[in-house]
Amino acid sequence: MAKYLLIESRDPYESGAVREHLEWGMQLRRAGNEVLVFLLQNGVLPARTGASSEELQEVLRGGIEVFADEFSLRERGISLAEVGKGIKVAPIDLVVERLASDWKVLFC
Amino acid sequence: MKTLQIVESAYRATLEEQDDTILWMTHAMRGAGAELGVLLCGNAVSYAVRGQEASGIQFGEWQQTQPPNIANDVAALAAKGVEIYVVEEDLERRGIPSTRLIEAVKPVARRNLAGLFDQYARLWHW
Amino acid sequence: MTQRTLTFALMDAPFESARTATAFRLIQAAIERGHKVNVFAYEGAVGLSFARQAAHPNAVHGRDATQENHPLPRVWIEELMRLAQKKDAPLTWINCGLCVDERGVNEAIAGVARGSPADFWRMAQESHNTLVIGTR
Repeated sequence: MAKYLLIESRDPYESGAVREHLEWGMQLRRAGNEVLVFLLQNGVLPARTGASSEELQEVLRGGIEVFADEFSLRERGISLAEVGKGIKVAPIDLVVERLASDWKVLFC
Repeated sequence: MKTLQIVESAYRATLEEQDDTILWMTHAMRGAGAELGVLLCGNAVSYAVRGQEASGIQFGEWQQTQPPNIANDVAALAAKGVEIYVVEEDLERRGIPSTRLIEAVKPVARRNLAGLFDQYARLWHW
Repeated sequence: MTQRTLTFALMDAPFESARTATAFRLIQAAIERGHKVNVFAYEGAVGLSFARQAAHPNAVHGRDATQENHPLPRVWIEELMRLAQKKDAPLTWINCGLCVDERGVNEAIAGVARGSPADFWRMAQESHNTLVIGTR
């Protein structure tokens, strides 16, 4: 099975494509692949506790690890204490680590 | 290494460029020997529609003589051996029946995308 | 850590998208980890290396040009090339030539080459992995 990193740079409030991308992740996971989602830029907006994002909640319930870019969170005034349950915070180096390994990485 | 070009955004600068720049690049790379597939998703499923017609752009004396012909470009890629997939649900959402599509494309259901992705060593999402 | 060769394809013109700063962050992170990096600048991204980018003051904030220290992507590229040299991990930056021509940004900073999609394909083939950051 393969490993997939989906970088989501957009938010679901502005783009319906976010739901599609997260669904790709869930399908890949159900097919037995390892999947990780990295929220970046406005993609971190639904990471705030209380933000409305059923698609992100589905991904978390589906057992996919979700990370949010530390800088993007800070840039948007989302403190570590405000990050939603289950979402981890990481530096952008996480992407480079996966690129340097055997992960298929998609920038969405 | 087989690479899947995932094309999602559509008609972004196709009049200025007289091409979709990702399909154009795909042609160029194919010419250099690349092993490629193309997945049209989101609004880019419209690229598979027969009858797109973009002629008539004119500004003052300047007239466009080579308007983009995206469906032809898709068909030409297929003729060069590039597999072209188009997401069924994205077609349905946009009210595009299969009868309006060029023959060169292969509809794929969303539930089968994981399997499609697995067939390619690399996925490039444009 | 194993040194890899990573290729990035960029499309966004300077000063238009958050993806530009993101791309530079990723490229820097790769260089800092000692990886060799190739960049293929396609479409608007060929403007990133345009030699004639010039900083300006910011009257809204009451800052002169020096105080404003306005970012210029060409300076970012120069800095990353310097960093890459120090790390003994070369940064290769290639602009799509036809994209350069149509935009009239023929004056690129030193060290940036002109090429084509065939070069992108070659770089990708020679790389451990490739990340495409498309425009929207």
